[in-house]
Parts: sequence; C-alpha cells; structure tokens
Amino acid sequence: MILLTQEPLEARYLTSKVTRDRNGAIITFLGNTRRLNGNKEVLFLEYEAYEPMALRELEKIKRAAIDKWGDVDIAIAHRFGRLEIEDTSLVVAVGSKHRREGFEVCSFIVDRIKETVPIWKKEVFADGSIWVGCQSHNPH
Amino acid sequence: MRLTVQYYALYRERTGVRYDVFDLKEDSLVSDMLTAVRTRYPHLAPATVNILVAVNEEYADKHQPLSSGDSIALIPPVSGGS
Repeated sequence: MILLTQEPLEARYLTSKVTRDRNGAIITFLGNTRRLNGNKEVLFLEYEAYEPMALRELEKIKRAAIDKWGDVDIAIAHRFGRLEIEDTSLVVAVGSKHRREGFEVCSFIVDRIKETVPIWKKEVFADGSIWVGCQSHNPH
Repeated sequence: MRLTVQYYALYRERTGVRYDVFDLKEDSLVSDMLTAVRTRYPHLAPATVNILVAVNEEYADKHQPLSSGDSIALIPPVSGGS
C-alpha cells in the first residue's frame, strides 16, 4: 500500500496492512516534525508533493526492496500540506519473517525516500522560511 | 512544439507560477527547454546548479529529446521523509 494524503497519518492502519501469518516481525517507522533546526525554532512545516510522480517513485522503492529482500510486506504513507510540530509526516510499515531484514528494509526505504521522491519540506520560522536541501540554490 | 512546464516548491516560488508554456523548435532536447526556462526566469537557480527534470513523471537527462505534449516538471532538491 502506497498513500499520499493531506490527512493525519494512521500508523496503526499501515501496520495492519503488513500484518500477515508469514511475518514474525512488524517494524513501523514514524517520521515526525521537530521543533528545532539547529537552534532555530520551527513554527510549522509545509510539505509539497508532485503527486503522480511521487506515487510512482514510492512504488519503485517498494519494488526495489521486494526485489532485494524477497518476501516482505511494505506499506508507505507520506503526508503533505501544513504540518504542526510533532505531527507525523511519514509512516513506513514493514512485515518480514524475521526482525533483521525488517529493520534493513525499513531503513532502506526511508533513505531512498529522501533521495528520489519529489516531495519538498519548507520550515517556517518567526523571521522567514527555507526549503530544506535547497541551500545550493541561494545566490553566492 | 508547445510544452507545459510545471514548477514545484522553490521553483514555484521563484517563478511565481505553478506552470507555464514554452514554444520550442522541433527536436528540442531537455537542455534546450532548460535554456528557455532560465532565460525567462534568470533568478531560478545559480548557473552552477544542475536543475533536475522529469518528463512524463520520470527523471530525464539533459540529452533526452522532447515531444509536443510531454508533461515536464522541474524538480528542486527533494526533502521528503522527516
């Protein structure tokens, strides 16, 4: 299951999607929004997605994990729109026979999401905002 | 050929639009489209930045040929996850 939504994420629902009789390990990762970036206070965040392509890239990541690890069940949900501090922006749930490959798959998926999926995060401060990762685009 | 180019996140803010339309000569490549976009929006990104492009929702390299009606998006550095 792959989901992009502006609604709050339900980790329990994602977890249920990977719960099967063959899986002895269920790993559910939640990515939450932090109050501090360095020592700067973030007021809230805005996530933007290029939805059709983001869904395709998430599907590719899921397929790559299944190609590499075999029989694992994967559910991914990413939220976009405005998020408050402590909200959950990402849920990755993995069901696997044993825990070791479950942790590996979960870590692989979260790392890949940060590399290829066209979703952007803007941190809003009291005195401005930044698109995270876009420092290379600032004038020198 | 006529192409619609979409802008997201930082690029949307810097262009001030979600998308716009370019008329390019036939047989144009991704690199030709980028030149046209940078000419229209000189402040989009420093010249040293390699702007990522998606054609029909797949990452494309700058030598890829374009066709009329292709769905093009400029992709700023991504930062999904948490």
